[in-house]
Amino acid sequence: MTLRERLRQKISAAFYHHGLLCASYPVPIILFTSASILTCCYPLLRLPLPGTGPVEFTTAVRGYASPSHNPLGDPVERPDWYRGPPVAYIQQVLVKAAVSPWGSNLLPVDAFRPPLGQVFTLLEEIRNHVHSDSSGVQSLEHLCLQVTDLLPGLRRMQTVLPEHGCLLVSPGNYWQNQQELFDSDPDLLKTVQKHEPKGLHTSATLRDLLFGVPGKHTGVSHYSKKRVVTYTITIALSTYDAGFLGSLRARLKQLHPSANCSLGEEHMVHVHFKEEIGIAELIPLVTTYIILFAYIYFSTRKIDMVKSKWGLALAAVVTVLSSLLMSVGLCTLFGLTPTLNGGEIFPYLVVVIGLENVLVLTKSVVSTPVDLEVKLRIAQGLSNESWSIMKNMATELCIILIGYFTLVPAIQEFCLFAVVGLVSDFFLQMFFFTTVLSIDIRRMELADLNRRLPAEAGLPPPKPGPLRPREAPPPPRPSPHTITLQTPAFRNLRLPKRLRVVYFLARTRLAQRIIMVGTVIWIGILVYTDPAGLRTYLAAQPPHLGGMAPVFPGGDPAKALSVLPAREATPLPENQSQRHLAPGRVQEQPRGPPAATQVPWGAEDEEGWRRLSFRHWPSLFSYYNITLAKRYISILPVIPVTLHLGPQEAPETPRHPQDARLPPDPIPKFSSPDLQAADLTLYKVAALGLAAGVLLVLLLFCLYRVLCPRNYGQNGVSHGRRRRGDLPCDDYGYSPPVSEISPLLLRGHSMDIECLASDGMLLASCCLAGQIRVWDAQTGDCLTVIPNHNGCWEQRGASWDGAGGACDPESLGCEGRDPCVGGDSASEDEGGGFPFRRHAPPLRPPLFTDQPDLTPLIDTNFDSRLPPSSVHAAPPRGAAFDYGGLVERAYTEHEPPSPAAYPSPSYSSSPPTAGFANCRRSPVEAPDRGFACGPPPAAEWEGSVWAMELRGNLIAAGRSSGKLQLWDAVEGSLRCSNEEGASGITALAFLNNRIVAARLDGSLDFFTVELNKPPGLLQYRGAPGRGSMPPSPCYSSDDLISCQLTRSVLCAHQKPITVLRAAAGRVVTGSQDHTVRVYRLDDSCCLFTLQGHSGAITAIYIDETMVLASGGQDGAICLWDVLTGSRVSHVYGHRGDVTSLVCTNTCVISSGLDDLICIWDRSTGIKLYSIQQEVGCGDSLGVISDSLLVTGGQGCVSFWDLNFGDLLQTVYLGQTSDGQGVRQLLVLDNAAIVCDFGSELSLVYVPSVLEKLD
Amino acid sequence: MADSTPGGYGSEPGPRPAPGPYISAVTNRTTNLVIRGAMLFSVGVFLALVLNLLQVQRNVTLFPPDVISSIFSSAWWVPPCCGTASALIGLLYPCIDSRLGEPHRFKREWSSVMRCVAVFVGINHASAKVDFANNVQLSLTLAALSVGLWWSFDRSRSGFSLGVVIALLATLATQLLVYNGVFQYTSPDFLYIRSWLPCIFFAGVITMGNIGRQLALLTVMLIS
Repeated sequence: MTLRERLRQKISAAFYHHGLLCASYPVPIILFTSASILTCCYPLLRLPLPGTGPVEFTTAVRGYASPSHNPLGDPVERPDWYRGPPVAYIQQVLVKAAVSPWGSNLLPVDAFRPPLGQVFTLLEEIRNHVHSDSSGVQSLEHLCLQVTDLLPGLRRMQTVLPEHGCLLVSPGNYWQNQQELFDSDPDLLKTVQKHEPKGLHTSATLRDLLFGVPGKHTGVSHYSKKRVVTYTITIALSTYDAGFLGSLRARLKQLHPSANCSLGEEHMVHVHFKEEIGIAELIPLVTTYIILFAYIYFSTRKIDMVKSKWGLALAAVVTVLSSLLMSVGLCTLFGLTPTLNGGEIFPYLVVVIGLENVLVLTKSVVSTPVDLEVKLRIAQGLSNESWSIMKNMATELCIILIGYFTLVPAIQEFCLFAVVGLVSDFFLQMFFFTTVLSIDIRRMELADLNRRLPAEAGLPPPKPGPLRPREAPPPPRPSPHTITLQTPAFRNLRLPKRLRVVYFLARTRLAQRIIMVGTVIWIGILVYTDPAGLRTYLAAQPPHLGGMAPVFPGGDPAKALSVLPAREATPLPENQSQRHLAPGRVQEQPRGPPAATQVPWGAEDEEGWRRLSFRHWPSLFSYYNITLAKRYISILPVIPVTLHLGPQEAPETPRHPQDARLPPDPIPKFSSPDLQAADLTLYKVAALGLAAGVLLVLLLFCLYRVLCPRNYGQNGVSHGRRRRGDLPCDDYGYSPPVSEISPLLLRGHSMDIECLASDGMLLASCCLAGQIRVWDAQTGDCLTVIPNHNGCWEQRGASWDGAGGACDPESLGCEGRDPCVGGDSASEDEGGGFPFRRHAPPLRPPLFTDQPDLTPLIDTNFDSRLPPSSVHAAPPRGAAFDYGGLVERAYTEHEPPSPAAYPSPSYSSSPPTAGFANCRRSPVEAPDRGFACGPPPAAEWEGSVWAMELRGNLIAAGRSSGKLQLWDAVEGSLRCSNEEGASGITALAFLNNRIVAARLDGSLDFFTVELNKPPGLLQYRGAPGRGSMPPSPCYSSDDLISCQLTRSVLCAHQKPITVLRAAAGRVVTGSQDHTVRVYRLDDSCCLFTLQGHSGAITAIYIDETMVLASGGQDGAICLWDVLTGSRVSHVYGHRGDVTSLVCTNTCVISSGLDDLICIWDRSTGIKLYSIQQEVGCGDSLGVISDSLLVTGGQGCVSFWDLNFGDLLQTVYLGQTSDGQGVRQLLVLDNAAIVCDFGSELSLVYVPSVLEKLD
Repeated sequence: MADSTPGGYGSEPGPRPAPGPYISAVTNRTTNLVIRGAMLFSVGVFLALVLNLLQVQRNVTLFPPDVISSIFSSAWWVPPCCGTASALIGLLYPCIDSRLGEPHRFKREWSSVMRCVAVFVGINHASAKVDFANNVQLSLTLAALSVGLWWSFDRSRSGFSLGVVIALLATLATQLLVYNGVFQYTSPDFLYIRSWLPCIFFAGVITMGNIGRQLALLTVMLIS
């Protein structure tokens, strides 16, 4: 054990030092590694390129001997494959036969029937040829390649191809090599055509196989102009016997001399064929590759918490691939030629080597403490995992060694590759990947630093205290928050890197260009290196410059592949022109100068097989299940045979009676049939290609429609959508650390929390029961409880001083008087049963005429902070308290409010709203239950709190009764109450010493908070600005605070105000009348009315930098320039209302009723991506910093990286989250988040890892 | 294989108040079982087809043009049988794990599963492509490879024993089928087939068990 421990320590120390080294000198190490990779891969240059055609090698026939298996120091340079005997020797007998001179009594059939008939005698001759010398008697039967059955799938070819005997093919095979069958065949061409495959074929057809020359050159057709029939008799020999072949050649030449033939017979050509891959072979290969890619995908997905996931994944793949290349290269260097198919074993090698180590390394390094130096982090991470890495490697080596001892050559070779690959992979991991990782981590830290600096510099200057005394108004600053907007081009766009790369690629079309250039280079190399290609052509060109044609016109595989080889120049152009002039009498035309007919022998006949498809031989042999892949055949020089058949001879050959009936050349055929056939094929190809293209486009279109929603471009629901559910725990069990943070639960409220407000130090919350609690935002202690029930009333009333205390008897008294006022709205309209009528009966009719239309109030979203359920619950009852509000307003206007003199009518209208508030949670039964609980308990006289703000030490609470109350947050005492407005306060803004209240009836009230103190004591008590405020209270309890209505904008909007935001000295209101208004806070003067939405405004964002964004019910988001009042951009983002909006320096984050959170680029208005939220949690979101977004979910909050849209962490708020959704979320300044969680509040401190990352 | 890896909706503790239709369908136990079975079945059928092709390739160096159709037509019931068997095995393994009370926790990751599948295909590839000197050598090599597969990706005793039992049963069933003439080997050499069949069966059982366990783990995460 001690040895093991010591070993372990040593390894760990070594890794530690290595990690330090790698992190200290990243660039030299990467250069070193790249150099070593390149060096090791250098031997790979000698390996052939994929995709080249067969390779040739030419030797002399004289003195030829079959090459031995083990070439021993051969001085002659010969290719590697030229070893051992070939699969077969191919001896072709090239027969050219012509009927000449052409007599006028001849039918077109006579052009080829007699020449073809000669094949049987020739075959007989060849078969019976016997060569006897000293070694004995040799016949073809002994030498030829004996073949057995055809493949089972080729039954239809059984009649045509030889079986169980010599592989000897000739056109005679069509007639089973029997003269009688040939003679009795009524239509030779039909017989030949019968075996042709239908459709297009690129490989060798049966006709090519049997004739041995391309179909166009055979001359077997009715319309042949040359009347020279060419075919070959192909003999495959298994052994080479020079004597027999020589005698055969001599015999045939003697029998049928070719006068003008000067074909060389000195060289034999060995053709080596590459691996052939058919579809069937490809299927397993493709499968293995698919598995490989799935493996790589699943592995690299695990890389997490780094700067650039993609970069590291790429590095991991590069590590594995280059280690494989290194392994092959090293093996080649040491003389081990790979015999295995590289493409086949490659996936297995990758899988054996694996990506695991790389991932383990990353994980280990990432999980080291983040506050360490990068170097130390790398070193620690390495040394932590050193033992397991070494252990794994040793295990794998052992397994592979075991494999090595199976003594199967293929497995041994595989194991060798794997061992070398493993070792080089280890090397690369240690040097290459570790260094890349260190660079990545350093970049992360740098980015962290860069981001933090401007963030701090850009903090708003500490603002003046919120309660500046009125006697010393601030000097009229032009605009303290003026920011100079740069033109968009100069703005520093900070797109995510991924997007930037994509944009770059798109802009420069880099990918296409690289692919194009690569293809061109590849094709060029192929053409140049091809044995029959350009190089040979170039080399062969000069001696033939004066000649007629290139040597091997059909030798290029590209040409050979094409269906139609280039037509040769017609030897008799005048003949053709005659044809053209008199097409109908072609047959009768006597052939040119009859005596001059010579069977032409040209250089192209010397190696006629070159004109065949390069798959000619492989397909011929494959019929007998003999593969030529990675083997070679030797092609012997052809034996030319010329047959001259005189015209008198031709008819002697038995004509079939039907021959005469053969239709002559059809008249309408002007062009030669060959050409026509070519055209037809071309058309066919074109049509097929077109059809395939159309089909493909249709298919893609269907796919697109299936995969993408119809409104893809409009709001892009699926565009970059990320489902929340996907990531908290991905499917291989890895989840971002969840349990790291335990949220602080603030318990105490008895009902669901409705309002939340904070100023950084304190946190005020109000529940549906009307209870207000104040918490310490740091510790989570409950400081004050401000109850809303009658029990507290007396003692509170007793403690009240002056201003507020006067009203309580009246309020108590009036409670009994009008217990249920708004209970019947219909009666209100009629005025019959309305209890308030006695207050102002004559005034009402004129009042009601100029009231704003209140029907749209039905769907009011009072404030985005209100629980969404209230929105849905509002309609049935809207009318009830609307009219109450109307009446209240009537009173406030016409009977100056004086709490001491009048029992405030606002009290009387409060019960229905309070009752409504109680019933609000049951949206389903709302319509009837609302009235059921109309007569509320007597305690709830004040109305519920609809809006709340917290500044300094004061809580401003706006109640449904229209009352504005100021509470002391620490002591829980009511400091002041203003009851001048009667309509419910829907939104509040508390800025500096101003309070702005938006009411249900569309009016906007500006209040000023004043300290009634002796002037001597009017000092500035700290700056309770955001964040920098000391926790000490800034209002001592002996200060008299009064809240005075300075200005009331009666018709701020035509319809109820839905949103109110204040920042940077501006108050922005959004209303249902589709407009946004901007007021100056100081003098409550309306600066702009912003029009541009086509629906009610539902969300507004404004911050200290005067960014103004608004979202409406139409799903549109507008960005405005607050200085000029012009619209900067306008995007449609959501299906349904925009429920909340937040802007950062670079982007706008919006959420909508469709539960999507969309992130937009602020300057361009392009949607970057969107996040799918859970139902009902769509509008709870907050931005902690420029790159950290927090969203609420079902019982949890999630942190997202704003730049990339990655989920960083999820924090669960409770152990048993019974589906409570987070509906409100507030980001505090100390990087904490408060969210409501049913009746509890949850205080979550942003995890340190996120802070760092951010 | 990509279709067998649904995005992991998971780790939301506690049932949600109103889960969507998809979630509720996936978390429903029966539906989930059916989905898993279907996935395993398709994987099994696919692998059977591909590996059959590999084995045919051993005996026929070059395919005649219509070999693919002949493969699909010859013994049509073989791939479905393999699919059914793999579905059963894939469901049986996690079931046995839960019965024994020891959840399999060794390398429970999709990348590991992929690796396992790749090695399984590799074993098949080797048995089809590599020329062995004799059948004993083939047998031993394949056995070593299969055990190596088990050790690398499973390492559970229950998995091993189940694999051995199922492999033996399957070999027996195949032999019976062949003796009764229902089915024919592609190669007449009985010994050759018999030497690799159990090993391949064993490796296949381990692989399918691995996939099944991973799917089941996904389900457990989903339901809990």
